[in-house]
Amino acid sequence: MKKQPLWKTLCCVAGVAIIFFLAWLAEETQGASSMLVTVLKKGAVYALIAVSMNLLNGFTGLFSLGQAGFMLVGAYTYAVLTIPLAKRQAVYQYYAGGCITVEVNFIVALVLAGVVAAIFAALIGLPVLRLKSDYLAIATLGFAEIIRAIVQWDSLGPITNGSNLLKTYPTFKTVMSGSTVLFPFIVSGICIGIILLLINSTYGRAFKAIRDDEIAAEAMGINLFHHKQMSFVISSFFAGVGGALLAMYQGSLQANAFKSSMTYEILLIVVIGGMGSVSGSVIASFLFIACSEWWLRFLDNVTYINDFQVPLLGSGFRMVVFSVVIMIVVLFFRQGLMGDRELWNLKIPKRKAKQEVTKA
Amino acid sequence: MFDMLLPYLLAGISVGGQYALIAVGYTMVYGILRLINFAHGDIFTAAGFFMVYLVAALPLSISVPLVIILTVILGFLVERVAYKPLRTAPRMSIMISAIGTSYLLQNLMWYVTGGLAKQYPVLPWISDTVRIGSASTKVVTLVTPVLTVLLVIALVMLINHTKVGMAMRAVSKDFETAQLMGIKINNVISATFILGSALAAVGSMLYFTNYSTVTPTVGAMPGLKAFVAAVFGGIGSIPGAVIGAFIIGICENLMKAAGYTAFSDAFTFALLIIILIFKPNGLFGEKTAEKV
Repeated sequence: MKKQPLWKTLCCVAGVAIIFFLAWLAEETQGASSMLVTVLKKGAVYALIAVSMNLLNGFTGLFSLGQAGFMLVGAYTYAVLTIPLAKRQAVYQYYAGGCITVEVNFIVALVLAGVVAAIFAALIGLPVLRLKSDYLAIATLGFAEIIRAIVQWDSLGPITNGSNLLKTYPTFKTVMSGSTVLFPFIVSGICIGIILLLINSTYGRAFKAIRDDEIAAEAMGINLFHHKQMSFVISSFFAGVGGALLAMYQGSLQANAFKSSMTYEILLIVVIGGMGSVSGSVIASFLFIACSEWWLRFLDNVTYINDFQVPLLGSGFRMVVFSVVIMIVVLFFRQGLMGDRELWNLKIPKRKAKQEVTKA
Repeated sequence: MFDMLLPYLLAGISVGGQYALIAVGYTMVYGILRLINFAHGDIFTAAGFFMVYLVAALPLSISVPLVIILTVILGFLVERVAYKPLRTAPRMSIMISAIGTSYLLQNLMWYVTGGLAKQYPVLPWISDTVRIGSASTKVVTLVTPVLTVLLVIALVMLINHTKVGMAMRAVSKDFETAQLMGIKINNVISATFILGSALAAVGSMLYFTNYSTVTPTVGAMPGLKAFVAAVFGGIGSIPGAVIGAFIIGICENLMKAAGYTAFSDAFTFALLIIILIFKPNGLFGEKTAEKV
């Protein structure tokens, strides 16, 4: 691989540092409970999850809908391992304090969250990755549902607390008391950085070859199953870490939230950002969260201008507008924000557009 | 033993019939477009809401056909707006569009209903209670399998003996050649969506009579299960979808009888994965070869 010039590397480092500084500044000036900080925190978490899904769907071309399941595994691993021993009795009140008597550091737990999710993925991948496109989608969706059912199973209550809430585990506030917003930024930043390095490596190019033409890739000597499995496991690892971060953001955890609609939301983020663009996914995550949590909130409130009631506005209208916008992107701007380009090489023309012309 | 299982068996057959009516819509669309119509479950839910709102204003004899007509229009619109512009697009784009449509329909229903569960109107006669042996159940439980089988027979006749049916078979065999032979692809696809939606509307009447409340997301699970049924029976095959749906409905309720209620949903997906691994073409599916 060609070596990057020094100034480019420096630019990257400076860019990341500026983003981190701005995030920190936002919290200092706006206060920890402001809308902006909430959006930044949740956006950072979703950015990691979206990038992990993009690695699978956008870069390897495997249409998997199991993300919510792996997030669930990661979130539960994290929460179960980090609830302080003293508080177990209260949290597991229906299961006599639970049966796990270890408590690990939150950083170790974050890594373990990814590892457990990756192990699940490796097991699930063995049978499932032999399937093609829509069958793969439906099978992974099915596995996510099975995982959710198992976690909520009453007999596993001493470990997972059944369908009751898990809480009192360390959150963003408790792990970094000075600045709640920096922690998700740092973890997501490191993880996305690793994914970027992977995408630009030999393996990453093999993934893209599989996406573009499976049969040609196989003919070029790429071990299809091996690479698909690898992409699946790595993507799930980061989905697990992302799930753990989401648990930290929320402060309490329940399996019921990790439904297939969560996977759909993440998929739509990936599509808006552009399949096959890491920076696109990151930007789209922040946009998506900002719109749904903040900018479009006014649509949900019944508003009066003088005595005139603005029509249509009311509870739930925000999501309707939002999904219409998403449909417009899906139907008419199939490239999304970035297509398959990145923020740092915008000058390279969109490649996919050309491809489709030749196909049609 | 049998007395104990009987109510579960009856419920299984009934719910199986309702899944079958949805599954037929999935399998027909998949047969022609090679698309999992994720929005089909939401069209089914929408039919439930149409009924809730229409019955409040109109007599039952008018609202029942009107529900079917409205559902058909909805299905037709979904196809025209969300799938037709993407006909030449890669398959992944169409699937994403289907997921987006499902998201939109769910949010729209949430907005219209305020997110509250609505009481489904009591339909006369089929909501009455009957006793069979030691079990008591609603008439709908007995009507569903009969009605399902009759409707499916009618559908199969339509596909085998009419011009539209012949066109459908041709399109599902080979999209491009059918087009070259002068078949108007768009009309055939619309017809498929119309038939599928009409059956989903009938299915929703039977289903919600059993479950009595409608919420915006209630259709997602039966929708997915019906899809599993379609895959189980061999996607593209109508009798396959019906048999698959009955098997899934019965197995699911037997799981409940055995005390594993939490796993009745998971079981469906486990079945899907097993069938995909060992017999990817389903029970009655056709073999397809990978073309380069």
